[in-house]
Amino acid sequence: MNDDTRTVIRRVLREHARLPVDVDTLGDDADLFAAGMTSHASVNLMLALEDAFDIEFPDRMLTRGVFDSVSAIAAAITELSGDGEPSAAGGGT
Amino acid sequence: MSVPADSERGLLEAVRRIAEEVAAAAADDVDRNARFPAEALEALRGAGALSAAVPEALGGQGASLETIARCCFELGRRCSSTAMVFAMHQIQVLTIARHLDGAPWFESYLRELHQEQRLIASATSEVGTGGDMSRSIAAATPEGEGVLSFEKQAPTVSYGAHADDLLTTLRRTPDAEPGDQVLALTKSGQAELEPAGAWDTLGMRGTCSPGFLVRARFASEQVLAAPFAEVMNQSMVPLSHILWSHVWLGIATDAFERARAFLRASARRRPGEPLPAAARLSHVMAELTLLRGEVSQALHDFQADDVDDRARLMTMASVLRFNNLKLAASEHAPSVCAGALEVVGIVGYRNDTPYSVGRHLRDALSARLMVANERLHATDAALLLIAKEP
Ligand SMILES: Cc1cc2nc3c(=O)[nH]c(=O)nc-3n(C[C@H](O)[C@H](O)[C@H](O)COP(=O)(O)OP(=O)(O)OC[C@H]3O[C@@H](n4cnc5c(N)ncnc54)[C@H](O)[C@@H]3O)c2cc1C
Repeated sequence: MNDDTRTVIRRVLREHARLPVDVDTLGDDADLFAAGMTSHASVNLMLALEDAFDIEFPDRMLTRGVFDSVSAIAAAITELSGDGEPSAAGGGT
Repeated sequence: MSVPADSERGLLEAVRRIAEEVAAAAADDVDRNARFPAEALEALRGAGALSAAVPEALGGQGASLETIARCCFELGRRCSSTAMVFAMHQIQVLTIARHLDGAPWFESYLRELHQEQRLIASATSEVGTGGDMSRSIAAATPEGEGVLSFEKQAPTVSYGAHADDLLTTLRRTPDAEPGDQVLALTKSGQAELEPAGAWDTLGMRGTCSPGFLVRARFASEQVLAAPFAEVMNQSMVPLSHILWSHVWLGIATDAFERARAFLRASARRRPGEPLPAAARLSHVMAELTLLRGEVSQALHDFQADDVDDRARLMTMASVLRFNNLKLAASEHAPSVCAGALEVVGIVGYRNDTPYSVGRHLRDALSARLMVANERLHATDAALLLIAKEP
């Protein structure tokens, strides 16, 4: 896992998660839902992450737990893309 | 459907008998006077049915969801209000049993529930958030020495004045976000329910579900420790949609049966004469068949995921699946009742004939409001953008 992935995740969070606090005040393991992310905002977050990393989250990964912290999101992206690099390649079916 | 164990068959038989002999006889009076179906609940207590879902290890029957759903259906055919009270109680018991995770307070509570056949009501909706179970305003507030308190404006608490205990959604702490929730169980002496208005409604009159201002003080171990998102997605929401749908299917089934009985009686009176309403009833039967298929398939899907990998119930695909059950059942059940009314005509419109179906229609219309369908559509509209399977 590299810092780049987390930086991109934080940018996407800032733009789409509609958190009542600045994401930079939250640690990588902080619970985003406890910090005020709504289920509705979490769907926009997932769509934006698919776009930013050019991946598709399969149904089994579309759960609250997979998106509840920066670390959890990074782990999911690593699992899907192999290297966790934001890229224009691969992804989808 | 698998064959239930003997004890479960006994339970189902007892509930069916109570439905036919006790609930059916009181149904019109319960409806007319918007009164609690006390005699049916007493009979259900006598049969030990209020602890049907309590695991055997804690003294209960550990009945399968199939059997409990079947009981909801049988009661729904005879008295919608009794059936809905029974269904809601079972949802709270199952939720506790499935998520107590060995907590001693909750284990001994369930033993007590079995011994005393205690009845649990619920306050999940709230003035300000409506039927959105995933947000709360009222908060669990520490009062020192392991004591918590809350004050919640509950717009609709079914059988609130008749229940022993109350299951309530709350924010975890006074400074928690609306979505950071817990579930608390308070016992009769610990919660004060101040009525806010009456319950004089179109249907489901015997559920006696007015608003209340709830004030409670209780021990911190009465809060379920499991993460609320798990409790909601693995149990409260899908089980509500499954058991409510069985109640609505029961109501629709009885409306259909009354219409069929009416046509049979007409046919016997005038043998050989054309019976144009029979064709209309055939349409109603087709819709009822579709409804029955969806209700039993949803139960089957839930059990498959539950046994196989409970985490799958956390997925958005699963949320969509059980929202779609609720949407389908809540639209088709009243439609079947309205169809039955058209078949029977004025005799069904009257409230005093063996073929009356007005009560069925009024009761079934509540289904769309019991968490507004538009609210579920709004949730689904977001989820379908990201979910992959249909
Ligand atoms: C018979 C019966 C028994 C009940 N028993 C209980 C009980 O025991 N305990 C309990 O806690 N609750 C109970 N309820 C309450 C129920 O669960 C709902 O909370 C209640 O009906 C109000 O919430 P709502 O979401 O339906 O409507 P509201 O939130 O009040 O919505 C009002 C209006 O806004 C619309 N709307 C809401 N959200 C959206 C959206 N996102 N998009 C588009 N339109 C929207 C709705 O369609 C509706 O027209 C009961 C209800 C019934 C009918």
